[in-house]
Amino acid sequence: MSGPVLAFIEHAGGEPDRLSLEALAFARSLVTKLGAALEAVVLGSGVEGVAGQLGAHGVGAAHVATDARLDDFAPAAWGAAIRTIVAARAPAAVVVAGSERGNEVLAHVAARLGLPMAANVIEVTPGNSWRLVRQRWAGSLLEDAALDAPIRLLSVAPHAVAAAPTAATSVPTISTFAPELEPADLVARVVRREPKASAGVSLADAKVVVGGGRGVGSAAGFANLEALAKELGGAVGGSRVVTSLGWRPHSDQIGQTGLRIAPDLYIACGISGAIQHIVGCKAAKRILAINTDPDSPIMAVADYAVIGDLGAVVPAITAEIERRRAPA
Amino acid sequence: MNILVCVKRVPQTGGRIVLTADGQAIDTKFLGHTISPHEECGVEEAVQIVEKEGGSSAVLTLGPAEAEEQLRDAMAIGIDRAILLETTGGEWDPVSTAGAIAETVEAQEAAHGHFDLLFFGNEAADTGDYQIGVRVAVALGRPVINGIKDIWFTDDRHAVLARREAPGGGWETYELPLPVVLGVKEGLNLPRYPSVPGRLRAKKKEVERVALGSSPSGALGLGAGEDSAGLGGAVPGPTKLLLRLPQEERSAAEVIGRGAEAAPAVVDMLERIGVLAR
Amino acid sequence: MATLPDRARVVVIGAGIVGNSMAWHLARLGWRDIVLLEKGTLPSPGGSTGHASNFIFLTDHSKEMTAFTLDSVRQYEELGVFTKTGGIEVARTAERMQELTRRITSSKSWGIEPAELISTERVKELVPFINADIVLGGVFWPNVGVVDSLEAGTLMRRKAQELGALTIGAGVEVTGIDTKEGRVTGVRTDQGDIATDTVVIACGVWSSRIAAMAGASIPLTPAVHQMIDIGPVAIFEHVESAVGYPIIRDVDTNMYERQHGNEFEVGSYAHRAILMDADDIPSIAEAALSPTMLPFTQDDFDPQLEDALELFPEVMGDEKAGMKLAINGLLSLTPDGNPILGETPEVKGLWSAAAIWIKEAPGIAKTIAEWMTTGEPEIDPHGSDIARFYDHHKTAKHIAARTIEGYNKTYGIVHPMEQWASNRGVRLSPFYEREQALGAQFFEAAGWERPYWYGANERLLADYGDRVMPRAPEWESRWWSPIINAEHLAMRDRAGMVDLSAFAIFHVTGPGALAHLERLCVNKVDVAPGRTVYTPMLNGAGGILADLTIMRLAHDRFRVVTGGGMGMRDKKLFTDALPADGSAQLFDATSELTTIGLWGPRARDILAGVTSGDVSHAAFPFLSTKTVEINGVRALASRISYVGELGWEIYAPMEQGRRVWDALWEAGQPHGLVPVGIGTYAVTARLEKGYRAHGNELELDFNLVDAGMARPTVKDADFVGKAAYLAQRAAGPTAILCTLTLEDATSKSGVKRYMLGREPILSRDGKPLTDAHGRRSYATSAGSGPSVGKHLLMSYLPLEQAVVGTELLVEYLGEQYPVTVAVAGATPLFDPENARIRA
Repeated sequence: MSGPVLAFIEHAGGEPDRLSLEALAFARSLVTKLGAALEAVVLGSGVEGVAGQLGAHGVGAAHVATDARLDDFAPAAWGAAIRTIVAARAPAAVVVAGSERGNEVLAHVAARLGLPMAANVIEVTPGNSWRLVRQRWAGSLLEDAALDAPIRLLSVAPHAVAAAPTAATSVPTISTFAPELEPADLVARVVRREPKASAGVSLADAKVVVGGGRGVGSAAGFANLEALAKELGGAVGGSRVVTSLGWRPHSDQIGQTGLRIAPDLYIACGISGAIQHIVGCKAAKRILAINTDPDSPIMAVADYAVIGDLGAVVPAITAEIERRRAPA
Repeated sequence: MNILVCVKRVPQTGGRIVLTADGQAIDTKFLGHTISPHEECGVEEAVQIVEKEGGSSAVLTLGPAEAEEQLRDAMAIGIDRAILLETTGGEWDPVSTAGAIAETVEAQEAAHGHFDLLFFGNEAADTGDYQIGVRVAVALGRPVINGIKDIWFTDDRHAVLARREAPGGGWETYELPLPVVLGVKEGLNLPRYPSVPGRLRAKKKEVERVALGSSPSGALGLGAGEDSAGLGGAVPGPTKLLLRLPQEERSAAEVIGRGAEAAPAVVDMLERIGVLAR
Repeated sequence: MATLPDRARVVVIGAGIVGNSMAWHLARLGWRDIVLLEKGTLPSPGGSTGHASNFIFLTDHSKEMTAFTLDSVRQYEELGVFTKTGGIEVARTAERMQELTRRITSSKSWGIEPAELISTERVKELVPFINADIVLGGVFWPNVGVVDSLEAGTLMRRKAQELGALTIGAGVEVTGIDTKEGRVTGVRTDQGDIATDTVVIACGVWSSRIAAMAGASIPLTPAVHQMIDIGPVAIFEHVESAVGYPIIRDVDTNMYERQHGNEFEVGSYAHRAILMDADDIPSIAEAALSPTMLPFTQDDFDPQLEDALELFPEVMGDEKAGMKLAINGLLSLTPDGNPILGETPEVKGLWSAAAIWIKEAPGIAKTIAEWMTTGEPEIDPHGSDIARFYDHHKTAKHIAARTIEGYNKTYGIVHPMEQWASNRGVRLSPFYEREQALGAQFFEAAGWERPYWYGANERLLADYGDRVMPRAPEWESRWWSPIINAEHLAMRDRAGMVDLSAFAIFHVTGPGALAHLERLCVNKVDVAPGRTVYTPMLNGAGGILADLTIMRLAHDRFRVVTGGGMGMRDKKLFTDALPADGSAQLFDATSELTTIGLWGPRARDILAGVTSGDVSHAAFPFLSTKTVEINGVRALASRISYVGELGWEIYAPMEQGRRVWDALWEAGQPHGLVPVGIGTYAVTARLEKGYRAHGNELELDFNLVDAGMARPTVKDADFVGKAAYLAQRAAGPTAILCTLTLEDATSKSGVKRYMLGREPILSRDGKPLTDAHGRRSYATSAGSGPSVGKHLLMSYLPLEQAVVGTELLVEYLGEQYPVTVAVAGATPLFDPENARIRA
């Protein structure tokens, strides 16, 4: 009988993070292969509510550390908390979301345990030696790898698996534990927090993202994209070129070195579609490309295309939406 | 401030990726190489900090002999010296890589004095392992934080303030006593291009070479528990077996119109797929 | 996705500057249903046009290349995409200063003015950021400019579309070219097939690969040219126009530099030649930047950075200016450095427009379009004709060797007689070892190793003293020896034998052979068997295509003999016109037959010594042929002369040639026979006799009347160019080809200087001479005339000056020298009655 699979759950505002739920979905398929139990670790004060929701995602037992020192992101401390449960439960695998925080925390766990870690895994096959498929180049390339370790530390690539509740809903057993924290684990701590500048939906969470590339022409050219995003309740992002040129802040960058998004619709405006950008947007359910060049690489990944100058097309779409919304 | 920036030589991809026939690497016949993007920002940051604060900067890479090119690139924009941990026989796994770097840092510090800051890229562009900096920090017993897009110092210069984006937007700032390890991200700064004098100076600078040879995790499929010299008992891995390109599922885009006249058809589509509530 | 027609009048492949220019010029000349295919996206598909530096210097020592460039600039100006910036070529060495004076003389010959040598101080005034300490001076070219080649292409496509002539297929990959019975029948693409009988390959670095689809060869190689862009440069922040300084060519380091905006571009031809195989060029999808913008190899460029830093310390040394772009840009190199133009010899209807730079592209496209339309291009493209290549030229070994050798000569000081060092010894005559033993100095012609002079003849120098016209300056002594003139004099005194193995020889046979040749040749070919005809060939406009000799061997059998240099091009002229009914055939006998020239007053005695036949003047008159037996070899002797002496060309089977050579050599010794090199045959003896040479005096832009080659009567039979020729005869000459003598060779520094050809001929007050057609007078040939004791020049002169005794000037290396018209027309300066030939 294999040890359990331990999933680490990030959360915000009392809700489990979407990427953590994806990781849970991944972990569920793993426990099926192993014939093991699925357990979760949730950290921070007042997180029982989060843990309680995890039954819908197949978690049988949730380990909760309601330690206020873990409320803010403190990667070494979070890692220490996970190691506490690892020591107690001897899991076959620890699975985290391949988020910034997930990867960072797991790296701490791996480093302290002297174990290998595989980041951004999309498939796993347990066996004598575990075989896995993981992303390189942000998903432009896949690696078949072997992982030989007593405890397998895996992060799950964002948007590789859909987050979906199971059919059979149960309530997990929730047990609290006291993490074994050393002073050194708490050195890296948040000392200041600044809220998001704008109140709109975040790029990571937006259902619709309007992205702009070099074809937008200037920082001012993004006004058209902002207007369309507003109509659609979406967010605006950009390619590496536009953030390098200073037309958009770096936090708006979609792509390998920026954000990887998975909206319902991505509208790529004046973006030729360098591979570094495409890895950031290809998880979108649908892509609409607006480009003067019908042969640009973005067309190869787009579902829909409008051939034309975005300076004319984008305002026309915005106007058409407004026209249809106007009371008859 | 004395700063060490750890960088990785990666292919400068732009077009479709092509693999070598044995599936072990990207075919770089048509490609140049570059410093992985996050680390380019680390290099630039180190140069800027030393310009402002004084001290010295060094760059380190673990890679093939050809990685000297990236070390010289870093020196061309102002890094003072370079260390090449020269490997043979392909990639090193992250555990072995971090082990070798940690040992080198200790040796360098014994010879040249301590580093106040070690910069790593948040993750390498190619392997995306997300762990080297953390492993080195743990091995050296230093605090570490990743995802850093802003760096400044306390007035007494005993601590660094490092800012990263919070999930869902906004920023969170960490304060860490020096010495510290930071995993930096693109957006930290805009790396400069090398100047001609910088390039020519870099060409004349020495690169300190340390021959590492092939990965201590050895041949494919080294099992856990086997003796792995130099890793302090850590289990190496994961072990790369084969690289392959993902299947592209999308077919050619449906052209729904040309120019502004396409707007009604576009909005019809938006309604059809349900992103535009009526 | 493009919608392609299934049929086209012509398919142009490649939409770089060349393909776009081709589409426009074909449309302009009335072609319709033109399809332009491009694998990449427009307007910048990813070929060499996309990374071209786009500046244009007008002058080249080659008349042909300069003509293409001048026409191109005119077109760019009409399109409104040319910005005049001026340009400076700077000299770091004294040798380069001399070369710059030579470039100025070429400019004057080709009508490019003004061109002035400027001082270091003036260079500094024009380019204040240059390090004047290492500059000796320069040439300022006010007409140099920069072109927007992508915009030019877009405009030309649009103009062709406005005529309703053009369909553009972008994103279309050509996958095959179909041929049938040696003709193009169609183009296959990934988006459907197009039936057509005419295809133009304008595919730049991919041209060889596309041509190979049809079984044709375009011998070029992709090669790397490195360039970088640095900026922002502090001292350029206040430059008001986009280009505020002249473009600099630092020719001694094989580099160029240009300011644009606050940036500085540096390009180099100094690094090692980096060749690529066309199959190794990445696809558009695989390329990081574009297929022809490859990763920069910094180490190759570092020495150039040092050179540029030395010349522009303030700009290149700007610590804040970064290397923003650095690429290994691909361009096309050819084994002789010239473009590759025209219909491929292998496939009818398949045209090459390849290895063409931005500076010459529209002019070349216009030329090819005219060639395709009427066969009568305004500019003579013979130096770039794809048909010039022999098979050995098309080998990978040859292409690699010569392009590697040629690359660093891009800005080099290349002597007009400069010999290639690489891949020599490709074609060896049967006498090669004999010639080696005689100390032959070999020059290359069509791959053949030909003795230019023989070291063994050094002993003759003592015999002739100053009559060998010794040269003191290194430049004129380079690739030259006074032995040439000694051999010349010995031949005129006694006899010489010349290795003529480089001749291209074709046998035209069959019942239709006579009619075929009559149709192509100006002079009457229908002579008695055993007679030889010298004849020019014209194009339809009466321009001179070729000159050659034809021996009638039998009623239905002819031997065509032409110079090796244009041998393959001439072969194509004859082959293309062969009757469709198969009544005449052409066989290339070049590699079967060797030729020895035997000339001089003692030639008859020598020939008589080796053959039993009657070689008296009565039995073997001028312009007749006979089979003679020499040392057991049946050879064909042809009484003819290109040196103005009694004698024969003796044609023998290649493998028996040495027996003939040895017999003549032995028989000649009592008569003082000397081996004579091509220096005498092609230059000194020819000039004394005023014989015209193709590529020098004979080109498309001259006619037979101007050349003094019009005969008293015109044959009845029709021939190509006859109508134009009759009109030229009726109109009379516009210029007359004259022989001029150099009256005083003494330069200001007291050294005697000798022109080598291509220098401008000026009036006595230093003004250029221009005829009624706007053609400048320049020395079409120049060389010693040892028997007349003068340095000789040939030049077309306007009627007013084309009078014996007219005193003129020739400009050479920055100085002017007095010359006098010695002959106006075809009369030889030496032996004007041709008594020697008819002895």
